[in-house]
Amino acid sequence: MRLPPALAIPFDLVPVPIAERTANMLLQRLMRRHPGIFERLGEHKSKRFGFRPIDLPFVFVVAPAEEEVTVLRGDAEDGADAAVEGPFFMLLALMEGRLDGDALFFSRDLAISGDMEAMLALRNALDDCEIDLPTDLSTLAGPFAPVVARTAARIRGKVLFEEPRSWS
Amino acid sequence: MARCCSRSRVHGADLPRRNPSAFRAAVDAGADAVYCGFRDETNARNFPGLNFSREELGEAIAYAHCHGSKVLVALNTFMRAGAEEIWYEGAREASRLGADALILADMGLMAYVTENLPEQRLHVSVQASASNADAISFLVDAFGAKRVVLPRTLTIDDIARISKAVTCEIEVFVFGGLCVMAEGRCALSSYATGKSPNMNGVCSPASHVRYRREDNEMVSELGGYTINRFGNDEPAGYPTLCKGRFDIGEACGYAFEDPVSLDVMSEIDALRAAGVSALKIEGRQRGKAYVAEVVSTLKAALDADPERRAVLLSRLRGLSEGQKTTSGAYEKKWR
Repeated sequence: MRLPPALAIPFDLVPVPIAERTANMLLQRLMRRHPGIFERLGEHKSKRFGFRPIDLPFVFVVAPAEEEVTVLRGDAEDGADAAVEGPFFMLLALMEGRLDGDALFFSRDLAISGDMEAMLALRNALDDCEIDLPTDLSTLAGPFAPVVARTAARIRGKVLFEEPRSWS
Repeated sequence: MARCCSRSRVHGADLPRRNPSAFRAAVDAGADAVYCGFRDETNARNFPGLNFSREELGEAIAYAHCHGSKVLVALNTFMRAGAEEIWYEGAREASRLGADALILADMGLMAYVTENLPEQRLHVSVQASASNADAISFLVDAFGAKRVVLPRTLTIDDIARISKAVTCEIEVFVFGGLCVMAEGRCALSSYATGKSPNMNGVCSPASHVRYRREDNEMVSELGGYTINRFGNDEPAGYPTLCKGRFDIGEACGYAFEDPVSLDVMSEIDALRAAGVSALKIEGRQRGKAYVAEVVSTLKAALDADPERRAVLLSRLRGLSEGQKTTSGAYEKKWR
């Protein structure tokens, strides 16, 4: 499920500020579509959650209380209270609740660290949100939204369920 | 559609539900009944972000009933002295919201429900550790219990003997997490963390769990105790003491049980013959993807011939703790 190098390498050239601006735009869109997304975090809303895709040169740190994402280069110290590490597409699938986090932990496809209570709260909050990234984010494409949503959903289905290990 | 239980056949599965989204996944996948709990210490899966508010439970029950599924509400921790009203109020609310049954472990709470909610159907939770005919018959006679969930420490022959001697329905775990202890009486989590499923609704609470990298190993810790060290590609398990790997004398190994999940669906015909009325799937702490996959697969397996059933069940192994399954005590192969 890892991104093939041909797709991953170009991300090395993307400046961090641009990646960060894009990530924040996507988070704001998700929060508008799912206003209760962080409600279930309760006392853990003030924590910082690290997402570390092992096939991208970035780390994403989400701060629910501030409603913002900080993007760092992959080897930087991110200061997250709790973090999850795995292939990029797998992290996206977890956001949507399409894959079971415990199963991916058992198979060692995912690694988790830090405050486990906060991480568990985040996982349960996301799982309950009915996030559908192609639908939720394609509206950013304006009139091309239906095409973008269909294409993204097709890619997602292919990556997750048809050839899940072919890129490993 | 949830069906009335008869003693001669196995009904569909009782399925775990952890939040409204996973609840719908269970119902949509064809669950005959779904069990769930309130977002507090009254149920044995009191994890952060899990479970239902009163409002959510009311909506979930309406959704389930609309789709022909029943809802069983677990209030299966033991009441704290002086704080009984938390459990009493939970029972009243679950009943008011239309729960088809309450799953209880504490005899004091059973007595309260019997006296104050006499029309409410009562099931005996596995946490009550009722594991012989005398204990079960007492609960039936004293509190009108209609069903007992048996501990995962009995063989199929044990179940058959119990079934013949009691007048209530028998429910057994067939898939999911494998608790190898006398449930409701296990103090391992409490020993390491001060919190237990019995009183606080949490076994190995996440607040006391840590994972860290050490050389090429992933080290899991519970309450400061090292539970296990997993090699780089070695399948992992939950950080529970009962499935920890320890140095014991000259040997290093699993003292009680390996990281493994229960799967006794291959014995479905034997369980049916033993008088089992309902099958329980563990997993209220798992995600909606797990719920949907397990429910749909097990529903298909129930109607499949043994050969096809084995194929269907094999695909669930990847979702299991340690990526392994066992028939556990049902076949008593433990060392």
